Amino acid sequence: MTFETPHIDYAGLSPVIALTAGLCVVLLAGLFGGERQRWIVSGLSIVTLATTAGLLIWQWGEAKDLVEGALRLDDLAISMSLIAVTAAAFVVPLTLREPAAEDRHGEIQSLLICSTLGMVLLAQAQNLVALFVSLELLSVPLYVLCGSSLRHPRSLEAGLKYLIVGSVGSATLLYGLAFIYGGSGSTDFPAIAEGIASNGVADDPLILIGIGLAATGLAFKVSLAPFHQWTPDVYQGAPTPVTAFMAVATKAAAFCVFVRLFEVALGPSADDWQPALAALAAVSIVVGNIGALGQDSLKRLLGYSGIAQAGYILTGIVVASETGVEALVFYLAAYTLMNLAAFAVVVVRERETPFGDDIRAVEGLGGMRPALAWPLTISMLALAGLPGTTGFIGKLFLIEAAVEGDYTWLGVAIVIGTMISLAYYLRVVAAMWMRPVAEPGPGDELPAMAGGAPGADAARPLGTRCMLILVPTLLAAAATVAFGIYPDPLVDWAANAGESLGAVL
Amino acid sequence: MINSLLWAPAVIGLLTFIVPGKGIRILPVIGALAALVLAVIMVAGFDLGTAELQYTVDESWIPDLGVRYLLGVDGISVFMILLTTVLWSAATLYSAFHPPERPRTYFFMLGLAETGVLGAFCAQDLLLFVLFFDLMLVPFYFLIGAWGGENRIAATLKMMVYTLVGSLLMLVGAIATAILVSDATGEISFSLSDLSANVLSEGSQDWIFWFFAAAFLVKMPAFLVHGWMPDAYRAAPIPVVAVLSGVLSKVGAYGFLRVVLPLYPDATVQFQEVVLAIAVAGIIYGSAMAFTQTNVRLVAGFSSLAQLGFITLGIFALRPDGADGAVLQMVNHGLVVAPTFLIIGVLAERAGSEDLREMGGLAFRAPILAALFLIVTLATLAMPGSANFIGEFYILIGTFQAKVVYAIVASVGVAFAAFYAIRLYQRTMHNRLPDGVESREISLPDGFAIAPLVACVVALALYPGLILERGEASVEQALQPPEEVATR
Repeated sequence: MTFETPHIDYAGLSPVIALTAGLCVVLLAGLFGGERQRWIVSGLSIVTLATTAGLLIWQWGEAKDLVEGALRLDDLAISMSLIAVTAAAFVVPLTLREPAAEDRHGEIQSLLICSTLGMVLLAQAQNLVALFVSLELLSVPLYVLCGSSLRHPRSLEAGLKYLIVGSVGSATLLYGLAFIYGGSGSTDFPAIAEGIASNGVADDPLILIGIGLAATGLAFKVSLAPFHQWTPDVYQGAPTPVTAFMAVATKAAAFCVFVRLFEVALGPSADDWQPALAALAAVSIVVGNIGALGQDSLKRLLGYSGIAQAGYILTGIVVASETGVEALVFYLAAYTLMNLAAFAVVVVRERETPFGDDIRAVEGLGGMRPALAWPLTISMLALAGLPGTTGFIGKLFLIEAAVEGDYTWLGVAIVIGTMISLAYYLRVVAAMWMRPVAEPGPGDELPAMAGGAPGADAARPLGTRCMLILVPTLLAAAATVAFGIYPDPLVDWAANAGESLGAVL
Repeated sequence: MINSLLWAPAVIGLLTFIVPGKGIRILPVIGALAALVLAVIMVAGFDLGTAELQYTVDESWIPDLGVRYLLGVDGISVFMILLTTVLWSAATLYSAFHPPERPRTYFFMLGLAETGVLGAFCAQDLLLFVLFFDLMLVPFYFLIGAWGGENRIAATLKMMVYTLVGSLLMLVGAIATAILVSDATGEISFSLSDLSANVLSEGSQDWIFWFFAAAFLVKMPAFLVHGWMPDAYRAAPIPVVAVLSGVLSKVGAYGFLRVVLPLYPDATVQFQEVVLAIAVAGIIYGSAMAFTQTNVRLVAGFSSLAQLGFITLGIFALRPDGADGAVLQMVNHGLVVAPTFLIIGVLAERAGSEDLREMGGLAFRAPILAALFLIVTLATLAMPGSANFIGEFYILIGTFQAKVVYAIVASVGVAFAAFYAIRLYQRTMHNRLPDGVESREISLPDGFAIAPLVACVVALALYPGLILERGEASVEQALQPPEEVATR
């Protein structure tokens, strides 16, 4: 009797392999102490992420099933993985001087890579089990990262809160997946769709409960209202670089699997979930935008704005069309660029001023530090969807998809949300360009370095004008404008990603 | 050509970031003048008697969404472009002689604003029009918010919320139009000519009409949606308010002619009287407010509101006479209101206040300034012999033929204009010189900025046919769809 080894497509798995290997190397390199440790560790992280990105680009244009159909490597998965990897690479320099990292750069960055690995897998997941495992692989390192600022109670609180809420979300999702399996008799997405269609259970309560629970679980992950309560607190409490990563990369990966699960596996029940998701989108748009009004903490503001943006992005799924997926991919790419730039400025100002992430930290920035003020200005205007930025083109895509899919009212909801959002986005812009530099009052103290470890401040001066942060930030802002004026490359990219689901839509 | 005209101001504005020292003030002026020269060449080479688009540029931009980079000029837009470049040259000159803080960012924003406005006038693709329409707001937000006077942050927020509420709804309206048309033609396109060839059903026109009307009426501003205007006009720097009132308000009126009338003719005819009522109410309200305000800027601001009421009236008379007059009046009003604001800036410098009650006697030692202001004042009140007279005359003829009642009420506004214009002139220039007010002749630099505008007012008074001849064919084309509906 001969044992036949299953065919393994190493080329298709290469990004995952690279990340796994890099993760181990970074973790081990972090064990060595010494002055240069963080540079070595960060260098290795960047090499890992760059290699992964290179391999992903190499696989661009492929459309194949991996690991017996558990994973699906197509342009949609690759584009979302690229967003996650870019976000991780952007965040590595941000963590360099992060007080939370102290001497634990190896751990922090390997956790970051581990979470990225989860995202890359999640973006490819085409099987209920793969979906759940990669979602956990993504989440668990994030729980730790949120609480990594050990000396700050806020950070610990954020970590714990995220852990509890995230677990509830995961459990709900898992329960929903079980129902879907029960109704359709399969865990593979295409087979689920076949099962639902051939069993005639598209409107069966069993499947509908499954869909409802799965949507709820995923809504927790992408922070859609009314499952968003954790978002502002966790965003504010977590170390800012972690928040930046969470806000951007998690969203991209989770939305990717959201699309795949609903449009590939649950396509036959589309008539049932479309109105429900549309309602979810509308609620998020309203809750996020209203919640962000009057927030003084920039991180909370960006958290609420993220909820609203998730509502906009969900429109791309609601309409269940190729334009919808294209719009979703385009918007997520645009969202990544603008949010990363914004968070990077918050990180820098947090270390320079005694105001933390309060809006006072950016007051008068326009006159004093234009190199920081411009990126934040551009990302605020882009988030608000003003023309000349990718934000405008992205909204255009989404509204066009909505109107085309007979969800004109959702297009109007996006527009109304945008109007409300002006009030808080412009408040940040006004603070930078129209107000004088804020004076520290009593009680405002410069942040203690190294999370308050005694004696650490003197040893490690703040690298405030750090080029490693400034250059990527300026690049992200420049790309936001450049793709706003000449969107063709990004549109083509999104169109390819959209086409990879073309067969089922 | 049209591309270089459109992008020159923004690109040169961007270059100010890298020029050293004195170039900061010279370069933007060169940029504004370059755009002016290009616009003049464009007018000189403009073919008469045709409604065809000229100087067209047609490139693909976002093919997936059916959006094209489609620019072109017709008899209506060519003068709007000329007006824009003239006023921007004056405003840039004025700014260069009164250099603001952080001049690089200021001039970049000013240039970007010009590009935005020119883009709205050149765009022949509905979505491109919406894009430029929104884009121009951003630089104005910064210009008023960062270089404005008292209460500027609240004023800019109010302005942005008011105007974007209108223009974002317009975005949905534009997309809905294109998609509804594509259901009929099978191909999505935002090109204005494609869209006007396939007019929507009446039911869809009704709601889309109001989405567009909201954007345009707020931008003007028209009565009832003018809430942002007083604050923004008071807070804005003088050259900015000159172009804001001189050009930006026209974008709204232009939008009606370019987009609403050809694309939504049934709704236009159906809601004609509603818009006429808003216009007439604006004339009366604006005149009354202009007559009672004591802040000089607000006198000019509310007089603009009344003048824009006239322009709207002319357009919504839906008669060629009225619309011809409206186009002429758009240029006229721009040409008088911008020097009015610049002169107000000069006056306020001498009086140390913008309150009419604290001014007076400024003509005493400043005959040239007084003469310039007098010409502008007489043009504002539409003295026979001025181009404004011809414009208002045409508008009223058109309205009389269409809806007599509105015309009769509007004629009262003509008389009101004399009241508020002369009041403004007398209160500032005549009477005794109060303490602390200095009567000083206009300085040479200010003269450079203001005198050419006044010369344009005089020139247009002598030869208004310049505009009427070139505008006629395009105006007729714009009016054709609603006229067909009305006769049906």
